[in-house]
Amino acid sequence: MNLNNLTIKQALDGLKKKEFSSQDLTRSCLERIKNLEQKLNAFVTICEEDALQEAKRADEAIANGVDKPLLGVPFAIKDNFCTKNIKTTASSKLLDNFIPPYDATVVSKLKDAGIVILGKTNMDAWAHGSSTETSDYGTTKNPWDLNNLPGGSSGGSAASIAADETIGSIGSETAGSIRQPASWCGIVGLKPTYGRISRYGVIAMASSLDCPGPLTKSVEDATLVLNVLAGQDKYDATTSPKVVEDYTKNLGNKIEGLKIGVADDYLENAEEEVRQKVEDALKQFEQLGAKIIRIKLFDPRYAIAVYTILQRAEVSSNLARYDGIRFGFGRDKFGDEAKRRIMLGTYVLSAGYYDQYYSKAQKVRTVIIEDFKRAFKEVDVIVGPTAPSTALSIGASKSSSMFGEMMDILVEPSAIAGLPGISISCGFSKGGLPIGMQIIGPQFSESLILNVGYQYEQNTPWHKEKPKI
Amino acid sequence: MNTLYNMKIDVVKVAKLANLPISDKEVAKLEDQLGETLGFVDKLNEIDTSKVEPTQSVAGLENVTRDDEIEPSLSQEEALKNAKDKTNGFFTVKAIFDES
Repeated sequence: MNLNNLTIKQALDGLKKKEFSSQDLTRSCLERIKNLEQKLNAFVTICEEDALQEAKRADEAIANGVDKPLLGVPFAIKDNFCTKNIKTTASSKLLDNFIPPYDATVVSKLKDAGIVILGKTNMDAWAHGSSTETSDYGTTKNPWDLNNLPGGSSGGSAASIAADETIGSIGSETAGSIRQPASWCGIVGLKPTYGRISRYGVIAMASSLDCPGPLTKSVEDATLVLNVLAGQDKYDATTSPKVVEDYTKNLGNKIEGLKIGVADDYLENAEEEVRQKVEDALKQFEQLGAKIIRIKLFDPRYAIAVYTILQRAEVSSNLARYDGIRFGFGRDKFGDEAKRRIMLGTYVLSAGYYDQYYSKAQKVRTVIIEDFKRAFKEVDVIVGPTAPSTALSIGASKSSSMFGEMMDILVEPSAIAGLPGISISCGFSKGGLPIGMQIIGPQFSESLILNVGYQYEQNTPWHKEKPKI
Repeated sequence: MNTLYNMKIDVVKVAKLANLPISDKEVAKLEDQLGETLGFVDKLNEIDTSKVEPTQSVAGLENVTRDDEIEPSLSQEEALKNAKDKTNGFFTVKAIFDES
């Protein structure tokens, strides 16, 4: 049995029963990384020496009866999370020499929980994209078909999970960057409610939208990570004071009588094969006792416009700090995509245009928020396709300067409203590419959407499939 | 050439506001690409927001404060670690004022 194939839950069980050690797990993952990275390019930085030392320390702690929620489990972390003394680049050459002097809250929480850090994963530079193709360190390939993209911006994390280079991984989402690569790579991706997990130490993209979250091999694994990461943080004033529950508690609940909302607008924006698999999933939900209710949601095409303006405006502000004085290289090192976004953002915030664009977008944001509130009076959760298509081929992202925003049409509305959403595999295309379905709930309903996802996952075979890489 | 949007963005002016170095070659390309994006977001004008308040944050929080107490933070050395130019424990920047 290849230990790198294990889930977090299986790894924790095996470590507890002393069937293997954290060093065994870590060596297995590092071996897999060594064999695949030429082809896959999921990592920007691999921390081989440090990982083996951390694993050794974890094994000593386990032997001493120390009990921590993720003790000894190898993780891969998206390269926009500051990791103390480990190069952090956000996949941009501008930060090629940046060594953070501190850990992001997510990282320090994971370290406290006992993880082993395998390395930092590749992403779209500055998280500006839905393909990982805009990375300054080359694109990551999709483990299911190396001619295809893994999605983005958390493409490296998604690919490393799908290819079993790691046991657990962390990504971030502004609008789609966890859910979309999870769907293209056939794995689980959880975007929590905005404010559920701290953004402190995450290289900011759009501060009113960014959400750190887990990308994992199973729904149960996502709950284990959420348990560690959720909670108010004094270093991030936008984190919620809401009590953190045990997200594993409700996984086993039956979903009889659950009201699942489905919007035709969302289905119609997806390709035939994707639509078909989601319709099949809805039938599966009915077999589990849920009720499917057709609902009308605000046209998601407006969400693209809202998101484009808000995100690019906030990006222009957040990226102003990169002046090569305190860290990094000069602003001439920004790539084309970053420059485009900074320019558009600066424009819509400038004198004479603020009301027409930014203020208008914030008002339509209210309309979208109210629309979801209205929908959740009729239904408990909303289900739909995560992405309009399966993984596209390398080069596809260069087709339009709005590529990212167009790809994320189905996830932007819920991101704009700050809602939690989980993407899980619901089948494969004729070409063998994974198809993802997303479950969206009201704010702070992570327990519910994880429960619904788990029930579907455990009653279907998709999560057991692995790419033949 | 983008036909959806009539107004041309003054790319040179915006680049100056954004402190972004752009070449002459990039100006035309950016004019086109930014024009395309603006044409797209024009769609928002179809929605009546005359009676709608803007959303500043979805977090629903107000006045999140902490006590004004000094806590451990980065040392001066740590804070300067990634700087390109340092002088006597300070970040060195380009002069703003003339010495005369």
